[in-house]
Amino acid sequence: MANSPLSVVRFRIIFSICWLIILADHIFLLKWFGLSWNNAIIDSTVNIALLILACLLVIMMLHYYLPQREKYFHLVTWCILITIIVILLTKLILKNIFADDSDYLAFFSKSIWVRSSMDLLMLGCFVLVTVIWYNWQDQSEQEGRKQDAEKLAKEAELFKLRQQLQPHFLFNSLNSINALIGSRPQEARKMVQQLSDFLRGTIKKEEHQWVTLKEELQYLELYLDIEKVRFGHRLSTKVECDESLNEMRLPALLLQPVMENAIKFGLYDTVDEIEIGLKAMKEENNLVITVTNPFDPETSAPKGTGFGLQSVQRRLYLLFARNDLLNTEVKENIFTTTIKIPQS
Amino acid sequence: MSSKVIIIDDEPLARSIVIEYIQNFPDLVVSQVCSNGFEGIKAIQQYKPDLIILDIQMPKINGFEMLELIENPPAVIFATAFDEYAIKAFDAHAIDYLLKPFNQDRFEKAIKKWREQKNNSAGDKQTKQLLDDVSLTAPQNERIVIKDGSKIKIIPIQDVHYLEAADDFVKVFTKEGYFLKNKTMSHFEQVLDPSQFVRSHRSYIVNLQQITRIDPYEKDNHVAVLRSGAKVPVSRTGYPKLKSILGL
Repeated sequence: MANSPLSVVRFRIIFSICWLIILADHIFLLKWFGLSWNNAIIDSTVNIALLILACLLVIMMLHYYLPQREKYFHLVTWCILITIIVILLTKLILKNIFADDSDYLAFFSKSIWVRSSMDLLMLGCFVLVTVIWYNWQDQSEQEGRKQDAEKLAKEAELFKLRQQLQPHFLFNSLNSINALIGSRPQEARKMVQQLSDFLRGTIKKEEHQWVTLKEELQYLELYLDIEKVRFGHRLSTKVECDESLNEMRLPALLLQPVMENAIKFGLYDTVDEIEIGLKAMKEENNLVITVTNPFDPETSAPKGTGFGLQSVQRRLYLLFARNDLLNTEVKENIFTTTIKIPQS
Repeated sequence: MSSKVIIIDDEPLARSIVIEYIQNFPDLVVSQVCSNGFEGIKAIQQYKPDLIILDIQMPKINGFEMLELIENPPAVIFATAFDEYAIKAFDAHAIDYLLKPFNQDRFEKAIKKWREQKNNSAGDKQTKQLLDDVSLTAPQNERIVIKDGSKIKIIPIQDVHYLEAADDFVKVFTKEGYFLKNKTMSHFEQVLDPSQFVRSHRSYIVNLQQITRIDPYEKDNHVAVLRSGAKVPVSRTGYPKLKSILGL
């Protein structure tokens, strides 16, 4: 339920000031028409007090029932009805007070139409303001809900993208551990530890959305060590990162899927031994990371970003609203993936 | 009598665990371990094994593509970590497979099953059906793997100019000439992307990217002229198909 405008202090002040002004105006107007100060004040106070009551009533009504756009004529009807009631009550009260003052009573009868139209006008203005208030409240509430929903969806998607894990990787790692248990139990233990640390990293929640390059590279090392056990001598990696870049920041788990893509691409596209390269640099205010892998240009035509890079692209888009942060390039038999991470 | 086994897997530890399990069967002899499909084909030709333990995801050519290139493939036990489609295909054709990681008991069961099936010839047919089925899946449709003498040729699908029926084979034409693939025209018609490849004639499927123009040829017939200069016949039924896809 939207807040009533009366619950806002500023509105209450403005509301009171407005009515004081209207009241004063009303008194001076009546005085100008020839009433005595006494009569003008009593008349105005009764009239305006009733009108204020009517306004409060309208606020209450609109609080519980806000007409749809096409039913605004209901409001007009209300206003007319309420104005009639206000005028009738005013007349009743004033007639009782000034029962002996025939001059005043004549004046009242003469002014009744002017009074009615003025009251209607004021009430109408007031209703308009109230309706706008409630509509605005409604809209900002809806907007807020929409934003909340979008934020939730974005977070869920980012979380999913972060922890995307290839079942292939998991099962093959377990298979390698299975083999090591028989022949080299110490190494099996080490790999279980690495795999656990790696998995724990993938299920971390969003409080660690951003990490330093040093942390991310340490995490990547876990992954690379596991992959090296799996593929043996066929896979070697070369990570080049100047220590001065250690504290630069990037979204957590961003590099692992890029590396995974490069390894898969490299290992499954040639039968030879391969080297995967990773290089971190600083360019202007960006952290730039390039990952290279060999491939066979004869048999595979890398299409655009392809392979496992869409999820990385999507994450970068959700985080930075930019589509130009991930680029790929083919030079002879080397496939290069470049990622730019703006530093805020 | 002992049986010869070949293990084909690109991960060293995955090979060693199978070797370890096999040591419990005195009548099974590992003739060779291979780390990819190329080595696998060579070893199979050389040793004529009774059984192969085959991984699916491997460098260059996968396990299925390797089997396709072997004329009379031996009995196969597939070993794979995770491949939803392949597993469905295995189940559909009642072929045994091992999901990594697997233990000694599970391995023994697979061997037992293989021994039982060895005596009836149904196994061969099952494997063939499996390969037909699997060749319809997406990764298999991006390239054609062909044996060219002793060499293995991997042709990305966009490099194919056109296909021509030739008895039990299909001639796959590329800029380097043609290669023979032991599949049928209807197989390719089913597998290839219909917005890129059109069966212009009973015996021809043409790559639309390669067509430069279509000329009339004799009465009622046409030929598609390709960039390479090759002329591909277009039949009376093929012409309207070609026209509508090219938007003429």
